[in-house]
Amino acid sequence: MTSLPSSVSDTLDLLGRGHYIADRSLATAIYLSLALKRPLFLEGEAGVGKTEIAKVLAETLGRRLIRLQCYEGLDVASAVYEWNYSRQMIEIRLAETGSESRDAVEQEIFSDRFLIKRPLLQALEPELEGPPVLLIDELDRTDEPFEAYLLEVLSDFQITIPEIGTIKAKEPPIVVMTSNRTREIHDALKRRCFYYWVDYPSAERELQILTVKAPGAAETLSREIVAFVQKLRATHELFKLPGVAETIDWAHALSQLDVLALTPEAINDTLGVLLKYQDDIAKIQGSEAQRLLTQVKQELAAVG
Amino acid sequence: MAPPLPRGAAAPGGGRLLANIMYFARTLRAAGLPVGPGRVLTAVEAVRAVGLADRRDFYWTLHAVFVNRRDQREIFDQAFHIFWRNPQLLEKMMALMLPGLRVPADDAEEMNRRLAEALHLPREGEPSRESESDVQLDAAMTFSDRELLQSKDFEKMSNAELADAKDAIRRMVLPLADVATRRFMADARGNRTDMRATLRAQLRAGALATLKRKRRRTRPPPLVVLCDISGSMSRYSRLFLHFMHAVTNDRDRVYTFLFGTRLTSITRFLRYRDVDLAVDKVVAAVEDWSGGTRIGQCLGEFNRRWSRRVLGQGAVVLLITDGLDREGGAGLGQEMDRLHKSCRRLIWLNPLLRYEGFAPKSLGMRAILPHADEFRPVHNLDSLGELVSALSKPGPRRLEAAAAWREAG
Repeated sequence: MTSLPSSVSDTLDLLGRGHYIADRSLATAIYLSLALKRPLFLEGEAGVGKTEIAKVLAETLGRRLIRLQCYEGLDVASAVYEWNYSRQMIEIRLAETGSESRDAVEQEIFSDRFLIKRPLLQALEPELEGPPVLLIDELDRTDEPFEAYLLEVLSDFQITIPEIGTIKAKEPPIVVMTSNRTREIHDALKRRCFYYWVDYPSAERELQILTVKAPGAAETLSREIVAFVQKLRATHELFKLPGVAETIDWAHALSQLDVLALTPEAINDTLGVLLKYQDDIAKIQGSEAQRLLTQVKQELAAVG
Repeated sequence: MAPPLPRGAAAPGGGRLLANIMYFARTLRAAGLPVGPGRVLTAVEAVRAVGLADRRDFYWTLHAVFVNRRDQREIFDQAFHIFWRNPQLLEKMMALMLPGLRVPADDAEEMNRRLAEALHLPREGEPSRESESDVQLDAAMTFSDRELLQSKDFEKMSNAELADAKDAIRRMVLPLADVATRRFMADARGNRTDMRATLRAQLRAGALATLKRKRRRTRPPPLVVLCDISGSMSRYSRLFLHFMHAVTNDRDRVYTFLFGTRLTSITRFLRYRDVDLAVDKVVAAVEDWSGGTRIGQCLGEFNRRWSRRVLGQGAVVLLITDGLDREGGAGLGQEMDRLHKSCRRLIWLNPLLRYEGFAPKSLGMRAILPHADEFRPVHNLDSLGELVSALSKPGPRRLEAAAAWREAG
């Protein structure tokens, strides 16, 4: 088990070991969350690497990663626990033939053996390597009732099961929540967390990320890709801007096609990797892509 | 740089840090951030954990605690740089955190002056007003080429008829047809077995009991209102404001936007219970009242900035506009298409529909019509009443209700 980082710089190093290139501001928020044992709340557009942070933390700290993927209508039965009804039924039938008292049967069928543990309950259990990393992904997809329930769990790190009693974590898990902001999360929940807005990276940072994440791409190609994507983000009113994930995918796709430098044809053929809406693709494809590319090449040549 | 701070130093001077952070928090609160005393304590704890060795770290530490929405970043940034701008301040504070040092008496005064300045920060994004205050003409039914950036005078609303109408509107409720959620509730005639309840009942009875049942819970879908407030609509938009206020206060998940030459979200203002207060707030927030219209551009902005945030979970969209577009419907078709594809049902309310023999001929209307699921008049209390009853029934299949109009147009 790796011990928790002891300063912001330490945190930055830790993320670096997990091949995650982060801004110091993000490292500050993560460090605070680890040191003060409060949840970390990450918001940002899709594909900027929010989920990845939890994965990297789990990996570099040597903790178990427990992931709760949220969706509309997520309820206690799929997020916290559920009883294994069919097995309970069988148990009751078996008990009917025996001579056990009803109380004993009741005790038996509401025991650990028949409890199906879901992510939130799993996260409260002690682990050998230390408290796990609990990733609550895309929280904005759930509805308000679940948010309220989560508030209760995250403030005390305990869960009450009527048939058994209260289960409390000895040590709180490392909680990372993410949101794409398809809906505003209630202030009451955010207040308990350290908040960070994960933005699109700067050109310099994005190039570093590409070097680490897509080492197969030629250097000139990487530079051109980053410059092209940055230009798209800055100057075009697209319905969905490409995130870092798309940039990485694009680099992978282009290097797979043995492209060494961007050409208008290569862009047109692979634009679907970068842009995910037909309107956006139609806007960029063809002459616009050519114009952007010429600009990018000129600017890169000017820099050297 | 000064030596790093001893971690967790609960020194006597710690009270001084607390005071400064508290002042800073008050500045933020005055600027509109929801910062309570709990946050201040967290902030002090956080600053102790990170230390004061690095100004950037200090910034991001306070940021992590005080900011919890993206649009608060600018306010925080401004407040931080004004409040903590004195570069010596941090060093002073570090000294203060260490025991045994005294505070110079004049420091407190200087802090107060700074605080006073910070308290008078301009609110976020206050736009510069263009100086075009010509005599205002009644621009109803005409296009206005000038963007009339002025605060609309609401005095005109106070005549008896309008007051009656507003009263009627206030009592209106908008019962949107419910949609199924993925949650269940107990129901003796439900169509699914509730295993958990069944098992409990069995244990209580000690023998095989009847199966308990459950059914899907339903709830009304979110409602998004996009209302045109350009000159040609101004006679109606005031009344619609009352309608939107009534709807917003009646149920959750209602989001309201006004557009003329720009898009303004007024959801927050409409949440005020008192309708006059709400209307005042809206008027203060909107700058393009009774100006021209750029429908395409405004819808485009909505699609990019808001659609993902408010159209989730199957929202119903009410588009209130006469479709008279200054830009002649440029780019409107595309944006309407995108909007239509992102919602459950798109209902277009058009006051012009009250005229006999009206045909949607203008370029703007022709661009909107192919993407509207329903096309209804909205010009008096009767038509509003009809709208209410239409929304409470599950609608016809998409696009069907406006089909006749499409053929005519």
